[in-house]
Amino acid sequence: MDILGLTPMMVGIFVGFGLLIGILFGFFGMGGSFLVTPALLVMGYPSTVAVGSGLAFVFGTSVIGALRHRDHGQVDYKLALIMTLAMTVGIEGGKRVVFFLDSTGMADLIISVAYVGLLAVVGLFTLRDAWGSEETDSTGRDLADRVQSLHIPPMVTLRGDVRVSGTIVFAVGLVIGVLSGFLGVGGGFLLMPAMMYGLGVPAAVAVGTDILQITISGAFGAFRYAQSGSVALPVVGALLAGSALGARIGAGATQLVEEDAIKGYFAAMLLAGSVAVAAKELGTAYGIGLLNTVSIVLIFGAAVLVSGAVVLAAICRLRNDGTGTWCRLTTT
Amino acid sequence: MLGIESMSGSAEAIATIGLVLAEAIALYVGYGALSSVVGETILDAVGGD
Repeated sequence: MDILGLTPMMVGIFVGFGLLIGILFGFFGMGGSFLVTPALLVMGYPSTVAVGSGLAFVFGTSVIGALRHRDHGQVDYKLALIMTLAMTVGIEGGKRVVFFLDSTGMADLIISVAYVGLLAVVGLFTLRDAWGSEETDSTGRDLADRVQSLHIPPMVTLRGDVRVSGTIVFAVGLVIGVLSGFLGVGGGFLLMPAMMYGLGVPAAVAVGTDILQITISGAFGAFRYAQSGSVALPVVGALLAGSALGARIGAGATQLVEEDAIKGYFAAMLLAGSVAVAAKELGTAYGIGLLNTVSIVLIFGAAVLVSGAVVLAAICRLRNDGTGTWCRLTTT
Repeated sequence: MLGIESMSGSAEAIATIGLVLAEAIALYVGYGALSSVVGETILDAVGGD
């Protein structure tokens, strides 16, 4: 008996995958959405549906995040307004590119290639960050100083006494919006570093503004794709059911485990995601079924491995066990 | 599937966003209640107390 057009097994797979993604989202504060679209791509969903459903999932997850953080974080409404305008324009642009590519039959290939590049770059940066965060912090401060020294009108003053060019803020939002509309990602993993390291916004303000921003842009992106019937609602519903629970587990684990201890696994997961999408494309292009299987195993296996490492590390801390074989494996 | 496919594009999109929003709020409230009821028991069991 199918549930809303999905077999019970598929519902179980999506709820389970949502649970893993939720644990990662709750623990790292990012890393949820940009695994959903690749996962739907490797499972054979059309690229428009994979991107549209990814954005709808981003919206649902960020609503839950906003509810959790409503008493924490600070929001800079001026920054949020400029970013919202810029990202709305960007998302619309990104969506038009996807539908144009879809009409030429090139969408699957180009979106997959973009994902391979994006996951590889973010994965390598995270890996570098895990190995030496002091150097990255210093580079970030230098960049923010340089950006704030550019006086392109109109200049705006943000919370934390940060004075920066409104034009630059708009341009940053536009680029992230295009990526969001093109790839079906929320953009949190780009917005947070852009606001903190690029504009010099304090971390607490960046977190609050980021969540508000992603909720609005996720809703707009999902709305635009849903207008074309490109959101698989049962898939989004099942993923959310799992991720809402996972996010609680992941957020609980942050009280027990240092993020840096798991960061190496997280970077490896992003790189595995990149290889998975590449393997799927090669498998489809050359008719090699084994590569398709490899891509599915890689993307789901990586999510299982990293969320498993988070949960295991938290259990080890709860039991004050740092010497067991399994517990030693959780630190990178 | 959910009876919203027969709507026009924008109406279907609004219904889709509304359903995702309603599910997100329901899950937040539901799991919140669940974790306040059984959360401590599970933590004690996992922690070996």
